[in-house]
Amino acid sequence: MEYFTQQLINGITLGAIYALIAIGYTMVYGIIGMINFAHGEIFMIGGFISIIAFLLLGLFGITWAPLAILVALLVTMALTPLYGWALERIAYRPLRHSPRLAALITAIGMSIFLQNFFQLVQGARVKPIQPIVTGGIEIMRRGDFVVTLGYLQILIVVLTVALMAAFSLLIQRTSLGRAQRACEQDLKMASLVGVDVDRTIAQTFIMGAALAAVAGLIFLLHYGVVDFYIGFHAGIKAFTAAVLGGIGSLPGAMLGGLLIGLIEAFWSAYFSVEYKDVAAFTVLVVVLIFRPTGLLGRPDVEKV
Amino acid sequence: MAARSSASVPANDILRQSALAGLLVFGLAVALVGVRIQDGSAAALAPLHFRFDDVLTAAAAAALGRFGVLLLRAGLHAPVAAGGAAVALAVALAQWFAPAHPLRLALLFDVAMPNWLIVAFAAFLALCAAWRLRHAPVAVMQGADARESVMDHLGAQVQRIARFAGPLILLLAIALPLMPFADRRLIDIAILVVTYIMLGWGLNIVVGLAGLLDLGYVAFYAVGAYSYALLAQNFGLNFWICLPFAGIMAAFAGVLLGFPVLRLRGDYLAIVTLGFGEMIRIILLNWYQFTGGPNGLTGIPRPSFFGLPFTASPPEGTHSFHTFVSLIWPIEFSPNHRVVFLYYVILALAMITNLFTLRIRRLPIGRAWEALREDEIACRSLGINPTNTKLTAFAIGAGFGGFAGAFFATRQGFVSPESFSFIESAVILAIVVLGGMGSQIGVVLAAVLLIGLPEFFRDLHQYRMIAFGAAMVGIMLWRPAGLLAHREPTLRLSTQGGPP
Repeated sequence: MEYFTQQLINGITLGAIYALIAIGYTMVYGIIGMINFAHGEIFMIGGFISIIAFLLLGLFGITWAPLAILVALLVTMALTPLYGWALERIAYRPLRHSPRLAALITAIGMSIFLQNFFQLVQGARVKPIQPIVTGGIEIMRRGDFVVTLGYLQILIVVLTVALMAAFSLLIQRTSLGRAQRACEQDLKMASLVGVDVDRTIAQTFIMGAALAAVAGLIFLLHYGVVDFYIGFHAGIKAFTAAVLGGIGSLPGAMLGGLLIGLIEAFWSAYFSVEYKDVAAFTVLVVVLIFRPTGLLGRPDVEKV
Repeated sequence: MAARSSASVPANDILRQSALAGLLVFGLAVALVGVRIQDGSAAALAPLHFRFDDVLTAAAAAALGRFGVLLLRAGLHAPVAAGGAAVALAVALAQWFAPAHPLRLALLFDVAMPNWLIVAFAAFLALCAAWRLRHAPVAVMQGADARESVMDHLGAQVQRIARFAGPLILLLAIALPLMPFADRRLIDIAILVVTYIMLGWGLNIVVGLAGLLDLGYVAFYAVGAYSYALLAQNFGLNFWICLPFAGIMAAFAGVLLGFPVLRLRGDYLAIVTLGFGEMIRIILLNWYQFTGGPNGLTGIPRPSFFGLPFTASPPEGTHSFHTFVSLIWPIEFSPNHRVVFLYYVILALAMITNLFTLRIRRLPIGRAWEALREDEIACRSLGINPTNTKLTAFAIGAGFGGFAGAFFATRQGFVSPESFSFIESAVILAIVVLGGMGSQIGVVLAAVLLIGLPEFFRDLHQYRMIAFGAAMVGIMLWRPAGLLAHREPTLRLSTQGGPP
């Protein structure tokens, strides 16, 4: 029971990261129907900007954790979306009316470009950082085994839930969210009734990138390292999460992220760490066999 | 895009957009380029190294470049031609003659490559402007549409002449090892390129003909390579016996994957195939009793020439390739014989793939694939079973991937999971899409461009993958349908009418 609880806590933490990235995938897919393969790289960039912010703050002697995290959060949420915007403007907007595979190839190309470019300018080694948030609450104990709920894990969950709540409100209540929902239903119709489609899509990319940046920050706080390959793995895992939940559906992305995180944590704990990715993909395949549009996806009715 | 016509862009708008471009680049670069996280021994002295001068240079270059492009669009050709040429010349001279000059260090990048990029871009702008000065009215008004139609026409032309050019290219390819300039390195690169051409043609069956987006093609390549390696090592079978097995195993893997998931549509299929590719790689990496784990399998037997090995000194009483040939025509032993032989093997395998694809397109199953790509519901209503049809495409494409994998294993003599990462799938898919979906000769062109060219620039290895990614983006933006895309209907209603 204690072991189970500990894994539950770990799984939820991991799931929060996946869910935050998955939202970016699912929103972009919902609106323009393309797999934004470079989104994992945006997450990586978010992690890098965070570590640079922390190191700079350390240089100025600001090490008080809440302030440092707040500043790093603001910096990464301000700078990373620029990449999301530039990505859309350079690589995707010119291909809006082209075959869908064209945009997929530019996305993969951008992903390769960004990964190697930052490897060149920052060096290929793993970048470590001192733990910033330490300690936790002991919630259960049996013999030597102590279940702790780290302050960091509390922070991660609170941050994720707050962001998702704010984000859902943004989608539900504001005119920007209304424009996004309109674009998701029908791009051409939305533009006919006066929605600035280009602008809305750009804003979607910016919002997705901001959430991925937060995921990058959380990744850095949780694991203490970033490198150039985190983008790829986290990216496909988050995309798996988005598909699992039903791509195009926001609650689906959150649910899918959480599920993938839990599956990985429990599989690693009870079976084998090596095959945790295999487990995640297997669950995806099994779910898709029985629900071809994911857990919360709308069935795709095709009219002739 | 309205900005294309001349004088419709007010001056302050041009200035504003240029400033925005500069600001954007500044924002992009300020953290990740401006601050370098030091590692190793340098980190002990100072954890961070600042390069804000380079950030400012990049921002200024971006603003200036955007300014030039906008001026060009506004129709001010003469100043752009002059300014671009001046900038290109100034930067090139500074880079060439004053590498340690304080002024150059303050104004330009510390490393040479980005400076040369500035030179190239400025020169390109100047040339564009100069060209438009001469052909002003026509060139300015025509935009992307004109280029599209020109390229489509070119694609059609290429397809028309492909009938004659195809055999010609094949003859050239056959004659390549006999050319005087063909050294070991060139043939090695040629082998690599032809391997990717074969993989591209194999994947083209799945993506180009059947319209199924497969992001995990490398899994079948891996299955083929490991099948050959394991069969040869554990049972001592030779390459030619293993080759069909490798293909069959890969096709079997294709069926195994395809059976549950081929009912999925489009992007769901893409993520599942991607996941399958990763799963195969993870299994190869972790099942070390069977696959050797991360160390891979070594000592895979090399292919023989109909039982004659390529060795310098064969055991007493047996022949190797050169001693056997010497019975008829005296030749010396050369390690190049094997390389040339491998080249012909992969060329033959690739041509089989090509021939197979060309012929099967005319069979009912090939027509069913293409019909399925165009409209699944119509196919269903005509009595085509979509799942089975897709499954055959998947299995056949996978089989060719398996053949290529077996060849890869025998050429390298070594396989490890490293060689089968997602990036390989992406590269093969890029070759298919960049060439123009479904175009056989487009695959050749794209493979030469994407695989052959970078191999010659191995010395610039740190820029190689950056350029590779940028080229993928650039080619797609320039020509979204693929380099040689032109779709000719394979069937016409009237045989007399013909194309207009």
